[in-house]
Amino acid sequence: MSLSVDLEIKQEVLCIRLEGELDHHTADILRERVTEALNQHLIRHILLNLERLEFMDSSGLGVILGRYKEIAAMGGEMVVCSISAPVKRLFEMSGMFKIIRFEEDEAYALYTLGVA
Amino acid sequence: MRNEMTLQFTAVSENESFARVTVAAFVAQLDPTMDELTEIKTVVSEAVTNSIIHGYENKGCGLVTIKAEIEDDTVHLTVHDDGVGIENVEEARQPLYTSKPELERSGMGFTIMENFMDHVAIETAPGCGTTVYLTKHLTKNKASICN
Repeated sequence: MSLSVDLEIKQEVLCIRLEGELDHHTADILRERVTEALNQHLIRHILLNLERLEFMDSSGLGVILGRYKEIAAMGGEMVVCSISAPVKRLFEMSGMFKIIRFEEDEAYALYTLGVA
Repeated sequence: MRNEMTLQFTAVSENESFARVTVAAFVAQLDPTMDELTEIKTVVSEAVTNSIIHGYENKGCGLVTIKAEIEDDTVHLTVHDDGVGIENVEEARQPLYTSKPELERSGMGFTIMENFMDHVAIETAPGCGTTVYLTKHLTKNKASICN
């Protein structure tokens, strides 16, 4: 089991869909793919869809926090959606929802980011 | 009934997934809930990652040893490395504290272990390795909880 990172840009919103396991070993894949996309395209906000993420630990929190800092430094916002109960507990425990907004599903999250 | 197993592997990140899945498979014979199994996988991942990144400083050598012991409805886990050890354990246990912020560490490892387990103890000294002792009591009589 590894991590698959699906990226799609919708009107300056980078949609990141994760599938598999996000730990210390796979964190680099996410960091590299997202940093590359931010450097190559005009991106204002990040939407993180965790619907198919099966496992995450504190290394996952660290790399997500790192991407939040990148987009926040550019004046953008990070929104997370479709999060499982165990992953939600980790987000709550570490206070991530104070800086990363949560929405139920991708369609509504995109709507709140101005994607028609 | 008492049952135990020991797992030893090279301190490389490829083994993080192997370690948590193997421990979960061993604990599965106690018929834990999905939540309990996720919690155990997560704490194993945290302790093993600490050994790899901090204990052995990501050098890709050294061994991590996990001992798992089950007795009645209790799981005892011991995660040991012969790495650099922790200088200040109290500091390391603080939520959001990390000695390696440049590596994008969240500093939540020990906090997660303390939240997901019933008891966490750390035995360490600079230069003498680290052993983390984790204990969890599983929910008994799951049928009655469902009713």
